[in-house]
Amino acid sequence: MKTLILSATILAVTAGGALAQDVVRMGTEGAYPPYNFINDDGEIDGFERAVGDELCARAELTCEWVTNEWDSIIPNLTSGNYDTIIAGMSITAERDEVIDFTQNYFPPASSLFMGMDEDVDLTSVVVAAQTNTIQAGYIAESGATLLEFATPDETVAAVRNGEADAVFADGDFLLPIAAEDSDLMIIGDPVQLGGGIGLGLRETDTELRETLNVAIQSMKDDGSLNALIIEWFGEDAETF
Amino acid sequence: MFEFCEDPSTLETFRWFSCYLTNGVHFRFYQSFLTVLFLLAVTAPVALSFGFLGAMASRSHIPPLRWLGKIYTAMVRGVPDIAFFLFFVIALDQGLEWLKHQAVCPDWTDPIRQGANFLVCDAAKIPQNASPQWVHEAYNFAIAVFTFSIVFGAFAANVLFGAMRAVPRAQLETAEAYGMSRRQTFWRILVPQMWIYALPGLSNLWMILIKATPLLFLLGVEDIVYWARELGGSRTSAFQYPHGDWRLWYFLGLLVFYLAMTRVSEIALGRLTTRLSRGQATMAGEDQRKVAA
Repeated sequence: MKTLILSATILAVTAGGALAQDVVRMGTEGAYPPYNFINDDGEIDGFERAVGDELCARAELTCEWVTNEWDSIIPNLTSGNYDTIIAGMSITAERDEVIDFTQNYFPPASSLFMGMDEDVDLTSVVVAAQTNTIQAGYIAESGATLLEFATPDETVAAVRNGEADAVFADGDFLLPIAAEDSDLMIIGDPVQLGGGIGLGLRETDTELRETLNVAIQSMKDDGSLNALIIEWFGEDAETF
Repeated sequence: MFEFCEDPSTLETFRWFSCYLTNGVHFRFYQSFLTVLFLLAVTAPVALSFGFLGAMASRSHIPPLRWLGKIYTAMVRGVPDIAFFLFFVIALDQGLEWLKHQAVCPDWTDPIRQGANFLVCDAAKIPQNASPQWVHEAYNFAIAVFTFSIVFGAFAANVLFGAMRAVPRAQLETAEAYGMSRRQTFWRILVPQMWIYALPGLSNLWMILIKATPLLFLLGVEDIVYWARELGGSRTSAFQYPHGDWRLWYFLGLLVFYLAMTRVSEIALGRLTTRLSRGQATMAGEDQRKVAA
């Protein structure tokens, strides 16, 4: 069976050619609930899955979902392994120099600190954040000691085992965790970072960006995007 | 999997675990074990043949061929595995796409390298964008297997080169005295006898190969390490099976798996050594002769 698959691969690889370019490969991380995660059936699920599928339906694109480590998600976009990044990626000026963004499909959300002790001084303790996130960038400049991890889950684990005093991440990721673990609590005030979340694209894919921008706008206009945000993030979530 | 898995939150421990361990993600975890075993099953013979070719080239009488063999073993052996893996996979992928690009899109005028982007024409993408996901995965896996084979082939070449020189000169002289040609001596006398000298080195390589399989994770293949970390991470009640940080247990499972693999290999290699020692002018072969006599 496996040799069959392999020989079929070689065939597919060499045959190539006339196949349609209408398939858009959607790259996500699959480890950042509720934005995107692998559900119990082993499929990609979450708010971004719902938004992405709806955008593809409206833009009449065939979409295929793939996962990629957060750390290499931009290099693998530029080298063509997939065509979009839809992984809770905030629009920032630094990223915009390397890739392009669509308009945001999620409003600028607040980032929160979560820890075991309410009284820590957030400007001087050890704070965990995920590598290459806007939150990590913010901590690096705040004077606190930054402890970086490859996955969001590891940042929370670092607080639980005492390696870090607090974790700094998107509030929507942290709130469900804090609600279920009596040891963990939200500390300090929310911080506003970034320009909302958009889909990342290669700078050369202007046509795809326009198509997606139109689809996002239509979802904003008819309120279906807000409905999805409320479905996944609760009544209190910020909407458009 | 089972009917009673409809609402996991109501189940008692045993049933909860039997549902939890048979849900969709866990099946993908179990499949990744097959991926690792498949990698070993393909890489070992391919690497051995690369090694054999390398060793043959290294002892060739034609200088360019000999240099090629020597350079191959020296270069790959001298570079750290991980650096080689990370470099070679990208280089191979881009190299293949570039070659195909030259072949199918000769009229393309845009530069292929645009800043950070490596852009070939759509028809030259390997695999095609429109290909189903399993083709992409199989392609990544094939590149990984090839890279493993190149690296371990270089080590195997060195082992086999040494083993070929370890076969007693008297054996080869006798072959020559019987009037065998160089080629006949090589295939009929040298190759059958060299394996017993190569076996200690090759079995070491096999053990290292087993332990190197988590490098698949680095190459973006969703292997057992990826799934262990993914499944072990804590889950909130947004998931059907919420649990705390269980990475320790998942990695412990991997540890047991690798230890079991090593144990099975040791037994198999031990038997192979006995088999290959038969009739050899080595201590083990001599002992076997005395027992039989």
